[in-house]
Amino acid sequence: MAIEFKPSPSLPPPVNSVGAVAWLRQNLLSSPLNVFLTFFSLYIIYLLVPPVIEWGLVNATWSGSSKAECTAGGACWAFIGVYFEQFMYGLYPEEETWRINIAVILLVVLVATFAVKSVNKLYLSIAIMVVYPVVAYILFAGGAFGLEIVETSLWGGLFLTVLLGVVGIVASFPLGVLLALGRQSNMPIAKSVCIVFIETIRAVPLITILFMASVMIPLFLPEGMNFNKLLRVLIGITLFSAAYMAEVIRGGLQAIPKGQYEAADAMGLTYWQSMILVILPQALKLVIPGIVNTFIGLFKDTTLVYIVGMFDLLGRIQAASHDASWLGTTIEGYAFAGFIYWAICFGMSRYSMAIERKLETGHKRN
Amino acid sequence: MIDKTPSNNNSFLNDAGNRALIFQILLLALVVFVGYYLFSNLQSNLDNRGISTGLSFLNEPAGFPILIHLIEYTEANSYGRAFLVALINTVVISLLGIVLATVLGVIIGLARLSNNWLVARLATVYVETLRNLPLLLQMFFWYFAVLAALPHPRESFIFADFFLNKRGIYSPNPIFQEGFGFVIAGFVLSIVAAIALIVWAKKRQTKTGLWFPAYWSSFGIIIAVTLLSLVISGFPIEFDLPQKSRFNVTGGMVLPPEFVAVLIALSTYTASFIAEIVRAGILSVNWGQTEAARSLGLKDSLTQRLIVLPQALRVIIPPLTSQFLNLAKNSSLGAAIAYPELVAVVMGTTLNQTGQAIETIGLCMLVYGSLSLSISLFMNWYNKKMSLIER
Repeated sequence: MAIEFKPSPSLPPPVNSVGAVAWLRQNLLSSPLNVFLTFFSLYIIYLLVPPVIEWGLVNATWSGSSKAECTAGGACWAFIGVYFEQFMYGLYPEEETWRINIAVILLVVLVATFAVKSVNKLYLSIAIMVVYPVVAYILFAGGAFGLEIVETSLWGGLFLTVLLGVVGIVASFPLGVLLALGRQSNMPIAKSVCIVFIETIRAVPLITILFMASVMIPLFLPEGMNFNKLLRVLIGITLFSAAYMAEVIRGGLQAIPKGQYEAADAMGLTYWQSMILVILPQALKLVIPGIVNTFIGLFKDTTLVYIVGMFDLLGRIQAASHDASWLGTTIEGYAFAGFIYWAICFGMSRYSMAIERKLETGHKRN
Repeated sequence: MIDKTPSNNNSFLNDAGNRALIFQILLLALVVFVGYYLFSNLQSNLDNRGISTGLSFLNEPAGFPILIHLIEYTEANSYGRAFLVALINTVVISLLGIVLATVLGVIIGLARLSNNWLVARLATVYVETLRNLPLLLQMFFWYFAVLAALPHPRESFIFADFFLNKRGIYSPNPIFQEGFGFVIAGFVLSIVAAIALIVWAKKRQTKTGLWFPAYWSSFGIIIAVTLLSLVISGFPIEFDLPQKSRFNVTGGMVLPPEFVAVLIALSTYTASFIAEIVRAGILSVNWGQTEAARSLGLKDSLTQRLIVLPQALRVIIPPLTSQFLNLAKNSSLGAAIAYPELVAVVMGTTLNQTGQAIETIGLCMLVYGSLSLSISLFMNWYNKKMSLIER
């Protein structure tokens, strides 16, 4: 009679090597130093988080018409509520703000149509790059189709911030590509013109460029000819960011193996054909993170227009915090502005990561 | 016989060299023409508006006060002197900012790599928050929200002999008495001795393999010799302590809130970028290097110092340089909260008073250009020193 071998059931692993306990031991309490660091971090969190929640949510006042009504001792969000229109549109006339809203909705719809497969991408690009700016300009500035004229000096708030950011990004990108190609070309004069331009701009802070745009450009133009301050500042921002863009793209161009250039030449492609069809698609894909970083930097730098006397989102908040009936609400204003800037910049950086993954065609090593 | 000349493609314009030449001549002509056009407009505009030209204004009295000056300056001094004061303010804040940002950035970068989950998360939150907010907003926050919310001088926070209130940080001001030269001499001498010791230890180690704790002992030498010379010369140093009077704090050394706000904002903001650079640099060193070092029997601190860091530095230095350059350029944002640096003094007040836009803006651009150039020259030298020597 055979004896059946019956193994006893295996014991569960020790409590301290699986589950939450093991995780705690490994990640938080693995050595005396780590124990100390964990408690130190907990202390920092304790110092920062509860007071902020208490100030911003628990004791906050959400509505009211002056600082005096904020008696709960916490944040006075009523300030944001009262000034919301100004923070969004600046001094743009209230009955005309629908024009901005329509332009924004139009842009969102146009960009969203890119996701629809059956739409002709070329026509859509032309619509966005050529037709849309004209429409948006007419909507913003007025003066045609019975729309009331709105001076650019009234434009402000988040509207101005986004306008500066979007126009700067859209205009600086092609200019940056041209400058990068110029710097890489083997024509000595074109090359040196590009180098001088790029290096001069990269050596100085944006403020000096903006001062130049607002103070110096009028001196260089013929008597009587002058153009709008907003346009001058836009030119300044665009040139500034194009120089940085050029350096990022140059990095991509240098990373493309020489064989690609030679192969394109061997196919009989002209310079522009080989750049547009062969080199740039590869080079730009390589430097997407750098390009988006430049965009994010540009978007953050739009705040500097406040120094040359234009009131973007931050400028509007700064101006509103001087209102006598709302004194002492600076932190609320900065928190609001900070939240918007942070959301946009963080969103851009995450979006760039998504694009990178989507365009990843190489062979991942790990 | 083969006809060597292609029949219809040999026109002058089809030659790539000729086309490049023509394009470049056109470009040059355009640049020269635009330059000439702008210059002639400039001249007629300056004549029409009666703006004087040239740098002679630098010798005229400035007539405006500058709150923060490290060298002697009064309203009666010239614009040139004001320019110098502003230049020093810019350089000081840039250098201090670079040091602070590097220290903070390295700490946070290492914290992000920590195997302590909580520490790594906190560092991530720090980086993702600060680098996605505009620097100007952060400066405003520190200046108008944090430092302005500090108590009046009467209710200053007090730590030992340090006072903290709305008007800044007050600290004891050292006053050097006669005989302090002796202490300085001792300090310099100890540094020379320390360097000699390190060089000797290195030489001996390469020759014999024997190891000597050169860094710790040279640190000890410097402290000991300096203290000794202090004792021998009878402590030739006195402190001007800040005193609390009824409405104000007097005496001592004051760090004005503008300075503190610019410094904090610049260094914490740049630190968030440096942290990412440090993290990427350390991650770029192959894990096999660490394993190899361990199998050679090096302990963890030596593995980091001798194997990982030297290799990581090669990756870190170039982007670090551009962060330093950014910091120096970003110090110009101090103008927005009235820190009297170059932009505020020269492109702000001086430009308003004299109207000489070309000269003042040109001067500023020149200074920033040379500041950038000197930082990048220094960092290039350092980079060359650290870079891999290949065959």
